[in-house]
Amino acid sequence: MMNKSEKTAMLEAAGAPAEIEGRSLWRDARIRLFRNKAAVGSMIILGIITLLAIFAPLLSPYAYDQIDWGYIQEGPNWENGHIFGTDGNGRDLFIRVLYGARVSLAVGLLATSVSLAIGVTYGAVAGYFGGKVDNIMMRFVDVLYSLPFMFFVIMLMVVFGRNIFLIFVALGAVEWLTMARIVRGQTLSLRRREFIEAAHATGVSNFKIIFRHIIPNVLGPVIVYMTLTIPQVILTESFLSFLGLGVQEPLTSWGVLISEGAKVIEASTWMLIYPALFLALTLFCFNFIGDGLRDALDPKDR
Amino acid sequence: MTAITAHKPKKATSPILSVRDLKVHFSVPGKGLFAPDRKLRAVDGVNFDLYPGETLGVVGESGCGKSTLGRAILQLIPPSSGQVAWLGKDIVGAPHREMQPLRRDLQIIFQDPLASLNPRMTIGEIIAEPLVTHKPELGKDEIKVRVKRMMARVGLLPQMINRYPHEFSGGQCQRIGIARAMILEPKLIVCDEPVSALDVSIQAQIVNLLQELQREFDLSLIFISHDLSIVRHICHRIMVLYLGNVMELADRDSIYAAPRHPYTKALISAVPIPDPEIERNKERIVLTGDLPSPLSPPSGCVFRTRCPFAQDKCATASPTLDRVSETQEVACHFHDSIS
Ligand SMILES: Nc1ncnc2c1ncn2[C@@H]1O[C@H](COP(=O)(O)OP(=O)(O)OP(=O)(O)O)[C@@H](O)[C@H]1O
Ligand code: SF4
Ligand SMILES: [Mg+2]
Repeated sequence: MMNKSEKTAMLEAAGAPAEIEGRSLWRDARIRLFRNKAAVGSMIILGIITLLAIFAPLLSPYAYDQIDWGYIQEGPNWENGHIFGTDGNGRDLFIRVLYGARVSLAVGLLATSVSLAIGVTYGAVAGYFGGKVDNIMMRFVDVLYSLPFMFFVIMLMVVFGRNIFLIFVALGAVEWLTMARIVRGQTLSLRRREFIEAAHATGVSNFKIIFRHIIPNVLGPVIVYMTLTIPQVILTESFLSFLGLGVQEPLTSWGVLISEGAKVIEASTWMLIYPALFLALTLFCFNFIGDGLRDALDPKDR
Repeated sequence: MTAITAHKPKKATSPILSVRDLKVHFSVPGKGLFAPDRKLRAVDGVNFDLYPGETLGVVGESGCGKSTLGRAILQLIPPSSGQVAWLGKDIVGAPHREMQPLRRDLQIIFQDPLASLNPRMTIGEIIAEPLVTHKPELGKDEIKVRVKRMMARVGLLPQMINRYPHEFSGGQCQRIGIARAMILEPKLIVCDEPVSALDVSIQAQIVNLLQELQREFDLSLIFISHDLSIVRHICHRIMVLYLGNVMELADRDSIYAAPRHPYTKALISAVPIPDPEIERNKERIVLTGDLPSPLSPPSGCVFRTRCPFAQDKCATASPTLDRVSETQEVACHFHDSIS
C-alpha cells in the first residue's frame, strides 16, 4: 500500500542516494500565492509604489518643501515638471505624494511590526500556559480593548505634542491586542496536538516549545492578519492626520495631503485626487495580498 | 496476525515501573451557571508492575481512561494521588529538575501519526529533537549520523531526512514517530493506540517493528489498544480497564484461554473467531446498557450496571483486585462461582 509520493520517493532513492529536498508547507503556499493573479499584480504595484517612495528625491526636479512662486495651486502640467500640479504653497504635489508614501508606508510597517512582536509573543504565552495565566493575561487585553483608542491617542498628542514616533507607538500598542487574541486562540488548539505532547514527553523546555513548535504553526493566520493590519494602520494614520494630529509640516503623509485636498476640492480637485488614488490603490493591494495569502495558507487545501 | 509470536521477556527480579493506587481526577465545570465543579474519575486506583522487556496491554472501551493512564505514568498529566515508581523511586510530583533526566527513558507514540509530527519541521529535525534536547554536546554532524542510522533502523530511507511529514504516508509517519521515540534508546515507551489509525496491512508491519525494537533494546512497552487480536499478538500481560478501574490483570495466555471477569469474558467473546462453526456455537456474553459516565460511576463494583451476574453485594462493596492464580488477578466478588 504505497501512495504516490512514497513511490516517487522510492524511485528517486534508487537512483540517487543523495539527500532529497523536501517540499515545506511554506514552499507550497508560496507556489499557490504566485498562482493568484490579483495577489501578484498587487505585489507588483506595491513594489512600484515602494520604489517610488524610496527613490523619490531622484524622480522630481523639485524638493518636497520647495516653494515654486510661479505656480501656486496650479493644475498638473507636464511642461514645467509639476506632473501632479502644486499645492496652495506652490510645492510640487508629485514629490509630496511620494514623501507622503514614505510616511504612510513606514507607519504601516513599523506599527504592524510592533504589534506583531508583542501580540504573537503575548498570545502564544497566554494560550500555551492556559488556565490562570491565560485568564489574567487576556483580561488585561480586554481592559485595553475597552479603552477609547482615539481619545487615548488625542490625549497623547496633546500632552507630548505632535510626534511621528508617538504615532508608531500608539498604533502598534493598539493593534497588538487583536493579534494577541488570534495567536492565543490558535495556540489553545495547538497545545493539545500530539506533537506538542511529544515535545513535552521528551523534556523540551516551554520556551523552545513556544518558539519551535507553536509560533511557526500560528504564523499562517498571523501573516494574513498582518497584511490586513498594515492598511488599517495606514488608514488610521490618515484619519489622525485628517484631524490635524498627524505628522508635522513640512513633512507630510497621505492623510495630511487628502485633508488639504478636501478643503479645496472645488477649486483644485487634483490636490485630493492624486493622494487619494495612491492611498486607495495601496489599501486595495494589501487587501488582495491578504486574501491571496489566506487562500495560499489555507490548511483545507493541503 | 493470529500467530502468537510475543517473545517471553527475561524474568527480571525487580520491576522498572510500579504503579500503586494511581488516580487521575479531572474537575469539569458543573452544569448551570453556579453549579460547583464536578469530579471526573478518569483513572481511579490502578495498580500494576512492569518488568524490563515486557509488554503490558491496556484494553477497554473508549473513554475508560487508557490514554489518561498512559499520560499520568509519564507525568504528562499530573496524577491526583497514588504512586508511580520508576526504578524504585516515586516520580509523582517530582520537580522538573529531577524529571528531566528521566525523560530520556520514557517516551510515547501516538494514535494519529501525522498529528504527532510538527508539520513545519523536517523529519530530520523531528527525530533529532530528543537528541538536541538531551545530548546537545554531540554536535550537528554526530546527531545527523545517529538520526540517519535510526531512520534506517525503523525502515525509512535515510536520504529522506530533509522531507516534511505531509510527504509521507500514515505508516511512514508512524515510523518517524517511532524513530523519534527510539533515538535516545529509552527503557519504556507508552504506545497509545499506535496502529488503530493505520491500514490493516500496515498495522502488522508497525507491530512487528515494535517487537523487533523491543527485543533489540530490551524495551518495556505499555501498549494501549482496543483491538484484542493485536493485543494478543504483541502483549505478554493484559490489563482490562473499565471506568478507570482495573477489572482483570493477567498473562496473555490465561486471559484469552480463561477470562475470569465478566467484563473480560464479554470483550473476548465479542472477538470473532475465523472458524464459522466455533463462532456460531461459542459462549457469548453480550453487554447491555450504556457505559455509565465517569462523572458519576456506579457504587460498589463500577461494572454492576451492565453485569449479567450482578447481585446485591455488588452495589455496596467494591471488589478488590484478587490474585486467583500465579498469573491472574481479578476484581469481582463472584469470580469463583462465575467461572
Ligand atoms: N483534560 C481532560 N479534562 C477533563 N476530562 C478529561 C480530560 N481528558 C480526558 N478526560 C475524560 O477522561 C475520561 C478518560 O479519557 P481517556 O482519553 O483516557 O480515554 P481512552 O480510554 O483513552 O479513550 P479512547 O479509546 O477514546 O482514546 C473520558 O471520560 C474523558 O472525557
Ligand atoms: S463484582 Fe458483581 S457486578 Fe462486579 S463484575 Fe463481579 S459480579 Fe459483576
Ligand atoms: Mg485514548
